[in-house]
Amino acid sequence: MAQLILNHLSKDFGTGRPAVSDVSLTVREGGFLALLGPSGCGKTTVLRMIAGFEQPTDGSIMLGERTLADASGALPPEKRNMAMVFQSYALWPHMTVAENVGYPLKVRGITGAAWQARVKDALSVVQLEEFAYRRPADLSGGQRQRVALARCLVTSPDVVLLDEPLANLDRHLKAAMEETFRAFHARSGATMIYVTHDQGEAMAMATDIAVMSEGRLMQIASPPEIYARPEGRVVGGLVGQGAILDLALPDHGPRLVPWPVLEMAFRQAAGPSHPVLVRPEHVVADPTGILLKVTSCVFEGERFALSLRTAGGQHLKAYSTHALDCGVLRPFVIRQGWLL
Amino acid sequence: MPRLSANRSSQPAWLLPFVIIVVCLLSGLPLARLLYAGLRFSLEGKATGLFSEPSTWFAIRNTLATATGGMVISLLLGATFAFVVTLTDIRAKGFFSFAFVLPMMIPPQVTALAWVQMSGPASPLLKTLGIAPPLGSPQPLYSLGGIALLLGVQHAPLVFLALKAGLAALPRDGVEAARLAGASPMRVFRDVIFPLAVPGLIAGAAIAFVSGVGNFGIPAILGIPASIFVLPTLIYSRLSSFGAGTFAEMSQLSMVIAVIAGLGLVIQQRALRGRDYRIIGLSGQSAAFSLGWRRWVSEAGFSLVLFFVLVAPLAALLASSLVPAYGVPLNVQTVSFHAYSEILFRQSVTLTAFANSLFLAGTTACGLLLFTVLTAYLLARRPGKLANIITGLIEIPYALPGIVLAVAFILLFAAPLPFVNVSIYGTIWIILISYFSSFFAVSLKPVASAFLQLDPSLEEAACLSGAGFGRRMRDILVPLIAPAAGASVILVFLIASSELTVSALLWSAGTQTLGVAIFNLDDSGSSDLASALSVLVVIMVVILMLLLELLAKHLPRGVLPWRN
Repeated sequence: MAQLILNHLSKDFGTGRPAVSDVSLTVREGGFLALLGPSGCGKTTVLRMIAGFEQPTDGSIMLGERTLADASGALPPEKRNMAMVFQSYALWPHMTVAENVGYPLKVRGITGAAWQARVKDALSVVQLEEFAYRRPADLSGGQRQRVALARCLVTSPDVVLLDEPLANLDRHLKAAMEETFRAFHARSGATMIYVTHDQGEAMAMATDIAVMSEGRLMQIASPPEIYARPEGRVVGGLVGQGAILDLALPDHGPRLVPWPVLEMAFRQAAGPSHPVLVRPEHVVADPTGILLKVTSCVFEGERFALSLRTAGGQHLKAYSTHALDCGVLRPFVIRQGWLL
Repeated sequence: MPRLSANRSSQPAWLLPFVIIVVCLLSGLPLARLLYAGLRFSLEGKATGLFSEPSTWFAIRNTLATATGGMVISLLLGATFAFVVTLTDIRAKGFFSFAFVLPMMIPPQVTALAWVQMSGPASPLLKTLGIAPPLGSPQPLYSLGGIALLLGVQHAPLVFLALKAGLAALPRDGVEAARLAGASPMRVFRDVIFPLAVPGLIAGAAIAFVSGVGNFGIPAILGIPASIFVLPTLIYSRLSSFGAGTFAEMSQLSMVIAVIAGLGLVIQQRALRGRDYRIIGLSGQSAAFSLGWRRWVSEAGFSLVLFFVLVAPLAALLASSLVPAYGVPLNVQTVSFHAYSEILFRQSVTLTAFANSLFLAGTTACGLLLFTVLTAYLLARRPGKLANIITGLIEIPYALPGIVLAVAFILLFAAPLPFVNVSIYGTIWIILISYFSSFFAVSLKPVASAFLQLDPSLEEAACLSGAGFGRRMRDILVPLIAPAAGASVILVFLIASSELTVSALLWSAGTQTLGVAIFNLDDSGSSDLASALSVLVVIMVVILMLLLELLAKHLPRGVLPWRN
């Protein structure tokens, strides 16, 4: 195994706008990278280029010293020793669960007792041993998902690709599957690339998150890093909860803006404005703060989510332990903001 | 470092050239040859005599008259059936659909023969019932009207299917909204349903017209005895009286047929312009109007029509296959299986025809499947302009009247093959190649729609599992499209085994097909043998159709021509 390197990767389908342009990143060996972005941002195209279903129009993909693809040619997918969980799971309906899981072994010429043992092993990891002789049509969505995962597990692949694998599952099942993926990653040690538009999934599982927008890579960092120090409006708006305020701040100040500076910015309206990301957990009720108007208060179970409006008409989010009436003015302090 | 191939999504490099070569050989080459001959003979003025002969103009007039008449009858019959079956609560819809479409699958020469046996003065059926006209009175079907009537019956299912496909997409909520807006059922039909059904009607009319122009079996059985010639039968008679200018004349006449058929399609295009109503809303379950007491009337009416277009002709066919001699009434004393034992055990002509047709149909159906699977795979994986051109090239030989295709193949193979210096003209191989060309589209359609319905990730998952192209085909793709491949084989076999038009021009002694044998037996006055052979063909057609019905639930929508 080795690290996976995307080097100035670009893909243009000839539609006028490149689907992926100039994406460079390195996934360290055994890393779990989440490719995060809104639909149509090119993340699935990146995944399909890594798998070999699409050929890059420019740039290259390397796995350690091996070049997998560049503009002049590509190693066909069947020669890459990768595995993938498809959004539709892509289970073959004419084969049993065991045959589905064991197919990559069969192609590699492994038969008989060795085949039996390895299929059984893979199925036991996803706890589906008793379903070995069923057809995919007889399984539930979550079970099909686990069969697809077992198929990835069976031949220790160098890279495992996951294309929005949880998109079709309900919330309850999602949490259980996230746990399964984490366990799978820890056990197999394979490099994993996980495409999703759900930042919650990305945060929960990945060791690194790469945010894409309109075909470009915006930022790549670990989940705590990208949450605390997002780069630019797109990443700030996509990762975690929060609101972006346009505030008149002094140029060249520190990126982490403390309350006194924020308070000053609220008091003075003039000056060049800068986008500041404010997380809801940093907005707290405090009698020394500025007055904000509560525009909505939604009960979320463990707390209330508040929407607030400043005197200047900008919107903020905050949490509260108790309900507040809509329309009231309350003092709040913004403990810190992040200059995007 | 591993070798990188410039190959997209790991299809083998030979696939595209292979498909292009096959399509060019089967479609491009004969079409180009025909076009070249037509243009060359026109420029050299070789067949100028043709257009100064009145018989040519009579044939053109007859073709237009019978095709137009047939189209009108098809429209009336097909539209009525389609509207009632799709829109009302009439019972036994499945049965009515199947029975109404059956005439389309029965070879036209058999239809014609059956009607002749039903209506003439010598009809065993009428004689048995004691209502036959006196001997010597003319057979009413040996006329332009008779030809048009039978063309209408034969092609009414085409209108029915074209319209039914359109009506099935009609949104139920659109109809319900009109009802809530206060419109009566008749009003809804006039204001909502009929306008939306017009494109289907036009398309159906065009197919019926073009099929009527190219039909050979019906005018051959009904027209030739009365010396009424249409263009396809004129070509046939010119080939029979082979002379110096025959090739020039035949290619000119086929160009005329192609032009008339093409004009029909152009008129269709013009009529359809501006009528592209994209149906929005929930289409699925189509609207059902309650007929009330008229349900009985409709069901009785349908049964009556089906009796006359299906039951009575087939009963007459059966009756005349069971009488010992021409003109004898059928009863318990006279019933005889002589004709069957004759064609099945004694006549070498019919036995050869059986062997030839089964060989031709079987080889075409199975052989084409190999090309079809590869072509359909390529078309599904590589959509775009090239795929459209390939599809178009495959469809032209099927859309073209069979007689035109046959002439193209005669022109192509009249001279010995280059390099090997062997002539396949007059052998069974020229028929086989023409069948491959003619039925490529029939074979392709079910397999292509199966590939299009297949989730591409099923193949991609196999790719990542390490399976190469051959392996993926064998383990994943072929098992998944197997029902469609089966339907493709049966459909081609069904149509090819009783085919007449192409083989009528291409057969010679020893290579006659079932279609040709029926035609020749009738032509030589052995109507009992012709009827017996036709009965066997009809039985075979029905069995194959029922076999496909059994497969139906495993097939993609629209694969079986009589279901949608």
